Amino acid sequence: MWTPIKRHRDLWSALVLLSPALTLLGVFGVAPMVYAIYLSVYRFRYGTISFTGAGNYQRAFEDADFWASVEVTAYYTFLVVPATLLLSLAAAMLLRPIGRGRGALRTAYFLPYITSIVAAATVWRVILNPQFGMANALLEVVGLPAQAWLLEPRGMLHIISGGRVPFEWGPSMSLCCVVLFEIWHSAGFMIVVLIAALANVPREMEDAARIDGAGRWQLVWNVTVPMVTPTLFLLAVVGVIGAFQAFNSFYALTGGVPDTATRNLTMYIYAMFYENQQIGYGAAMASVLALALGGLTLAQWRLLGRRVYYES
Amino acid sequence: MTRFIRYVLLVVGAAVMIYPFVWMTGAAFKTFSEATRRSLRLFPVHWQWQNLADTWDGAKFDLFFVNTFWVAGWVTLGVVCTSLMAGYAFARISFPGRSILFIIVLATMMVPFEIILIPNYRLILELGWYNTYKALIVPWCANGFSIFLVRQAMRGIPADYFDAARLDGCGHFRFLLLVAAPMIKPTLVTVALFAFLGTYNSLMWPLVVTSDERLRMVQYGLVVFAGGEGAQRFNLLMCAAAIVITPTVILYFAAQRYFQDSALGAGLKG
Repeated sequence: MWTPIKRHRDLWSALVLLSPALTLLGVFGVAPMVYAIYLSVYRFRYGTISFTGAGNYQRAFEDADFWASVEVTAYYTFLVVPATLLLSLAAAMLLRPIGRGRGALRTAYFLPYITSIVAAATVWRVILNPQFGMANALLEVVGLPAQAWLLEPRGMLHIISGGRVPFEWGPSMSLCCVVLFEIWHSAGFMIVVLIAALANVPREMEDAARIDGAGRWQLVWNVTVPMVTPTLFLLAVVGVIGAFQAFNSFYALTGGVPDTATRNLTMYIYAMFYENQQIGYGAAMASVLALALGGLTLAQWRLLGRRVYYES
Repeated sequence: MTRFIRYVLLVVGAAVMIYPFVWMTGAAFKTFSEATRRSLRLFPVHWQWQNLADTWDGAKFDLFFVNTFWVAGWVTLGVVCTSLMAGYAFARISFPGRSILFIIVLATMMVPFEIILIPNYRLILELGWYNTYKALIVPWCANGFSIFLVRQAMRGIPADYFDAARLDGCGHFRFLLLVAAPMIKPTLVTVALFAFLGTYNSLMWPLVVTSDERLRMVQYGLVVFAGGEGAQRFNLLMCAAAIVITPTVILYFAAQRYFQDSALGAGLKG
């Protein structure tokens, strides 16, 4: 039993142990966010500052560029997250039972994740270069026409369908290139986490199902995958948060061009902040982004969370 | 699925993942005209080793690497200390307001970095830290994800250890340093690796809080090189990218013995 003196001492220990981390997070994480909300109700113009209340928020709702950037963010998130999750799950499942060469293969899958986005994007930009890039050399060999890749603002569906689909439908080809880059760059993290989760699935359970006559795919979908749903769910939440805030890959690969086809919400906010000095407006959009992210995470938790299988 | 098909799929997947690196290495040592010819040839006809020296001097990597290792080293040390202490407190000490504080710590992970950039920049100016190493190091010495990982690992240590230590009169600090920290070594290595890589790979923050070239780091060096000399000479640009990537790969292999799946897996099990 703990005496009051012990409790008192515990409180002191907790305070000492927590203060460095909490001070840093408070000063450089929480306070700036509050400050950004504060800035969002002011209007900055030609060096003057005036109170505008909800003015900046209203402006966002009427701003076509804002909604265009929301669309880019939405396409990006709903392409990157499910695709990365599915591919990572497939790779982790394939890696699971093999012995020889497992470490080398795992390293190969993890390698893109540890390299800097700036350096990796530099390499991708040269590979996707329309003039002498490897990607077009490959298309040439197969007999397909050369593409502009990152510089192509027209819709992917338009290009694949040979022009039957209007060019403004769906994500642009340049956005699809960024999506591919991001899947390549971030899959390694999910694979490593999923390998660990799969290692914890008890073999007896799968053996029992096999003896009961479950087929291979039945086994995968009805026994193994349900056991790792908590991990999949958490990765989905983390993935959506990351995709919503994506900045580095856009910045390093395209810089938002061509024709704002790859200008997502964070790129747009960044442009308002730094290039146009519209600090209040940028802060308002940033607050909307943070709010939307909180709402989305909560929704994911409530919709998917209850369908997740937890042990005990 | 037979073992053979399984291996074929995995090897094809792995080849796709490392293809850009192989291509980069090949292009880094090609002549300029060979690098800008549209072809499927991966490796150069004649390896141009001179490219390496040209790039190194052209991009001023000497200075940038020293700065990067200095800054990333301190950040790594800082993150390991703060998350070890906070993770322990959140996992093993009960105090009022613990869950709400922990939720706030997790919520900081959701704040987009670009959004707090301006307020933080102003803060750095106020503190008089502009153009100092402090500005590059201190704000990054704690993060929610690392605290979360350490807390999860601490919770994995059986309660008996704590009770036994407590009965023997061992306080929190001694227990943390002598018993708990060594037990969660894989997690600490993972945290350290992520902290180092995060700093090594950062671009935006150093650009915002420094203007003095003597404080700049490698990613900046690469970007400047890409916009200048490398904009034309793609072979040297690939060489610069290879130079920037190499230390992180070496570090990963060095840490691999400790960096096991389990460290991240245990943390993210929910």
